[in-house]
Amino acid sequence: MSGKEIKVLGKEIKALLLKEIKLEFRHKYAFNGILLYVVATVFVSYLSFRQIVDPPAWNALFWIILLFASINAVSKSFIGESRGLMLYYYTLAGPKAILLAKIIYNSLLMVFISLICYACYSLFIGNIVQNQGLFISALVLGSIGISSVLTLISAIASKTNNNFSLMAVLSFPVLMPLLITLMKVSKMAVDGIALSVTIKYLVVLGLLDLIVLTLSYLLFPYLWRD
Amino acid sequence: MKTFWWKIVAVVFLVYTIVLGFLGPVPHLQILHETIRNLYFHVTMWFGMMILLTVSLVNSILYLGKSEVKNDRIAAEAAHVSVLLGTLGLITGSIWARFTWGAWWTSDPQLNGAAITMLSYFAYILLRNSIDEAQKRARISAVYNIFAYVMMVVFIGIIPKFTNVDSLHPGKGGNPGFNTYDMDSNLRMVFYPAVIGWTLLATWIMSLRIRINKLQNKSY
Repeated sequence: MSGKEIKVLGKEIKALLLKEIKLEFRHKYAFNGILLYVVATVFVSYLSFRQIVDPPAWNALFWIILLFASINAVSKSFIGESRGLMLYYYTLAGPKAILLAKIIYNSLLMVFISLICYACYSLFIGNIVQNQGLFISALVLGSIGISSVLTLISAIASKTNNNFSLMAVLSFPVLMPLLITLMKVSKMAVDGIALSVTIKYLVVLGLLDLIVLTLSYLLFPYLWRD
Repeated sequence: MKTFWWKIVAVVFLVYTIVLGFLGPVPHLQILHETIRNLYFHVTMWFGMMILLTVSLVNSILYLGKSEVKNDRIAAEAAHVSVLLGTLGLITGSIWARFTWGAWWTSDPQLNGAAITMLSYFAYILLRNSIDEAQKRARISAVYNIFAYVMMVVFIGIIPKFTNVDSLHPGKGGNPGFNTYDMDSNLRMVFYPAVIGWTLLATWIMSLRIRINKLQNKSY
């Protein structure tokens, strides 16, 4: 890729990203909808569990809530858009710019949502995390990875006949490596293990994010042609 | 003879595997005892499955490059047959686990990896069935196949190395088993033919499925 192409790609991504954010500010339903979903789920868990002090249970419930919230939040990125609108995008920008803009937007959305989910969860269920820095960095890295996987899967699912049920079926198996590592890291954060021991796992998380991003970037151009 | 010799090889090797697998001499190791014979069935079926999944992956990549129906057919049918081999491997493994570890299923990194692999490829087949248009189906399922394969390799090969969880499987975590010292020449004599035999049998099933598929899609 030459310097000029990268410049064009950057410009396209910027324009598309701004458009997504503007759209979000105008409608305010995607973000608020997911926010309400997270708060309601946490509250339902609060009603059934009250406080959780057992680390594995606390950890598992948190990630399950976040997993379903992220599937709900990210799946709309391609499934929700009409065929005509997609066609219009493709006349304006290349597939790589479209994918990267979606991934960046979804990652931002997911980072916000996961932080709010964490705050809300701590408020109701209780916060037993001993190493906050580690937990939050795992949360941020995890959100980026999960939203890049889900963006690609949502592009795949949007091409099928029954896209909402397929979204979950297709994404669970490919999310597993990320999710297992995330659970491991956050369990360590809950147990308060020092950063010098756990830095290795954060690196693994970062590498997983990189693998997922590269794969999406390479494979998406084959997906969008209709 | 030129075209079907490998089918004869498959039958001969599998008969050899079954006869020697049940009757041949095996090393006597603690915990395993006679269940070591499952090496010829369970482990070799997983080997065959991985070989076919790799065939499927290569054909998916080729399809994205050249858009030839042939590659898509091979990719799809290889995935179908490897799911069959995987199911057989899961059943043989589960029965073996019941007699060695005392449970049908345990939380073991390799077992979890196997479960995720099966789930991924069931999802792949489901994805294929939910797209009507042939070319679109081929392209989109090829993308998912590549993604799923890489994630599976990451899950089975890379994650357990970092998370320091030892498998209960023979040869791992200090268990007696099939590492370089314990795998003696008697085992090897059956193991390698068995891998080749199961893979060839799977290829045979695959070639039949491809022919059926071709006939179904024939335009008159």
